[in-house]
Amino acid sequence: MNESGRIRRPLKREKRMNLVGWSMLLPWAFGFLVFTLYPILSSFRYSLSEVILDGAGIRVTFVGLENYRAAFSSAAGFAFLQSVLDFALEVLFKVPIITVFAIIIAVLLNQKIKLRGFFRAIYFLPVIIASGPVINQLASQGAATIPLVEQMGILDFINRTFAPALARPIAGVFDELIVILWFSGVQILLFIAALQKIDRSVYEAAMIDGAGPWESFWKITMPALAMMVRVSVVFTIINLATFSENPAIQHIRSNMFALETGFGFSSAIAWIYFVALALILGIAVGALSAFGRKKART
Amino acid sequence: MMDLNRRMKIRRFFLGKDGIVGKIVLYGLLLTIGFVYLFPLIKMFTTSIMDLSDLVNPVVEWIPTKLYLENYRTGLIVLKYGSTLLFSLAVTLVPALLQTAVTSLTGYALAKFKVRGRRIVFALILLTYLLPQQVYMIPKFVLFDQFGILKTAWSIIFPATFGQGLSSAIFILIFYQFFRIQPPALDESAEIDGANPYQIFFRIGVPLAAPAYLSAFLFSFVWYWNETYISSLFLGTDLYTLQLKLFNFQSQFNLATGIAQTATNEAIRYAATILIILPVLVVYAVMQKWFVEGIDKTGVTGE
Repeated sequence: MNESGRIRRPLKREKRMNLVGWSMLLPWAFGFLVFTLYPILSSFRYSLSEVILDGAGIRVTFVGLENYRAAFSSAAGFAFLQSVLDFALEVLFKVPIITVFAIIIAVLLNQKIKLRGFFRAIYFLPVIIASGPVINQLASQGAATIPLVEQMGILDFINRTFAPALARPIAGVFDELIVILWFSGVQILLFIAALQKIDRSVYEAAMIDGAGPWESFWKITMPALAMMVRVSVVFTIINLATFSENPAIQHIRSNMFALETGFGFSSAIAWIYFVALALILGIAVGALSAFGRKKART
Repeated sequence: MMDLNRRMKIRRFFLGKDGIVGKIVLYGLLLTIGFVYLFPLIKMFTTSIMDLSDLVNPVVEWIPTKLYLENYRTGLIVLKYGSTLLFSLAVTLVPALLQTAVTSLTGYALAKFKVRGRRIVFALILLTYLLPQQVYMIPKFVLFDQFGILKTAWSIIFPATFGQGLSSAIFILIFYQFFRIQPPALDESAEIDGANPYQIFFRIGVPLAAPAYLSAFLFSFVWYWNETYISSLFLGTDLYTLQLKLFNFQSQFNLATGIAQTATNEAIRYAATILIILPVLVVYAVMQKWFVEGIDKTGVTGE
C-alpha cells in the first residue's frame, strides 16, 4: 500500500461512518424537527400573539407582550402565578424529604440483609402505580395520610404554630406524607447503584483506623453519593414539575380553552413556568455545589 | 460464674457489628417503613371489598365483615373495562415498543459512530428532557389538528415513533451508555467477516443489549400507562383510557347508571382504582427484577 492510500482510507471510512451514523439518527432528527423544535418555536410565537383556532383553521395575530402583561395583571394570571409560587414552596419542602428518605432507605437496603429483593420490590412498587388519577383517589379518601398524624393532632399544632402562608405547605406535607415518600422509588435505586460502587475495603480500612459507623457515613458514604444527590434532585424537581396533578400545569391546560384567555395566553404562562422551573433547578443545583464546596473545605 | 471470654461473646452477639440488636433495628425499620409505604394500598384493598353497612359502621376499620365483590362488578361496568383496556393498551404498548426501538437506534448511532454534530445532538436531547412538554404542547395540538390525527391513538403513537415520546431523552441516554460499554472487538470481527453496520447493529448490538431493551420497554410501558396530562389533551373527551375514566369516575358512573345525582362511595372508587392498577401490578409481579435491576445493569449511573 502506498503512502497516499494509507492516509486516504481512514478519511474515507470516517466519512462513511458519519453517514451511517446520521442515517440511524434520521428518525430522531425528523421527530425532533417536527414534534419538538417546530412546536417550541411556534409556542414562542403564540405567546406573542392572539391565536384563534376554529373550523376555518388557525389565525395568529401578533400582539407583542400583551399575553405576558395579562399573565401579571389578570385574575387568571394571578391564579397561575399563585400556583407557581405554591410549586416553588412544594419543591422547597418535598425535595429534601424525598432525597433524605431515599438515601436512608438506600443505605438500609445496601446492608447485608435477607429478603433484599423483596424489600427493594416494595420500595419501588409506587413508581409502577403512581399515576395522577390513582394518587388523586387515594388523597381524596384520606388513604395517603398516616392515621397517627391526625390522631396526634399534628395538623392542629402546625396550624396554631405557623403563619398561614407557611402552615399550608407544612400541613400539606404531613397530609400527603405517604404520597411524598412514594415519589422516591427511582431515587432509591439510583442511590443503591451509587452505594454499590463504593469498595467495601474502604470501610474496613476506616474501621481499623478507629472510625465508627457515623464517621464512615459522613466521610465515605456521603462524598461518594454527592454526584448522585445532584442527579436525584434534578430528577425529583422535574418529576414534580410535570406531574399531572400539579396545579401550575393544570392552569396551562385549562386556560387553553377558557373564553377570556386562549392559546396565546396559555403559551405565555407555559414559558413563564419554564423560566420559573429553570430558576428553581439552577438555585437547587447551585446550592448543592456551594454546600459541597463548603463541606470539602472543612 | 461467667468468665470474661464468654461475656465478651454474649456482648458481641447482641451489640457487635452484626449483632442481634442492630439486626432488630434494621429489620424493624425496613418493615415499618415498608408497611407505611403499602398502607394506602392495603387500605384501598380492604375498603374495596366492603359493602355499604361496613363502610358506615365505625367498628369496621380494617377487616370487612364479609367479602363483598359487587363493587368490582360496578367498577367493571362503569369503566367498560374490556374495551377501555384494549384502547389503553393501544396507546401504551404500541408507543412503548416504537419508542424503545427508535431510542435504541439513536443511542447506538451516538455511541458507535463519531457523527458530526454529536455534541449538538446531545445538547438537544438534554434540552428535550429539561423542557417540560407543557411548553410546546399547544402547537403540537394545533399541528395534530391540522394532520387530522387529534382524538386518535396516532397523536400518541407518532411522536413515540420518532423518538419524541414520553421521557425519550432518558431512554436515548440509557441506550447510549449501554452501547458505549459494549466491547468494540465484536463489531470489528463482524466487520472483517463482511457485515455492514446495520447488520452489526441487528446481529450483535441488539442481542447483547437485550436486558437494556427489556428494562427500557417496561419503564416506557409503565410511564405511558400512568400518563394522563398529555393524553387527555390529545385524545379528547370521547376516547378515554382507563386512567382518564378513573379521573372522571363520577361522571362516568352517572353515565353508566343513568342516574344523575347518586354519588359513588369510596368502596366503588377504590375497586375501580384497583382494576386500573391491576395490569401494571401483574407486569410488575412477573418482571419485578427487570425494573429494579434495570437501573443498575443499564449503567444509567455510569460516569
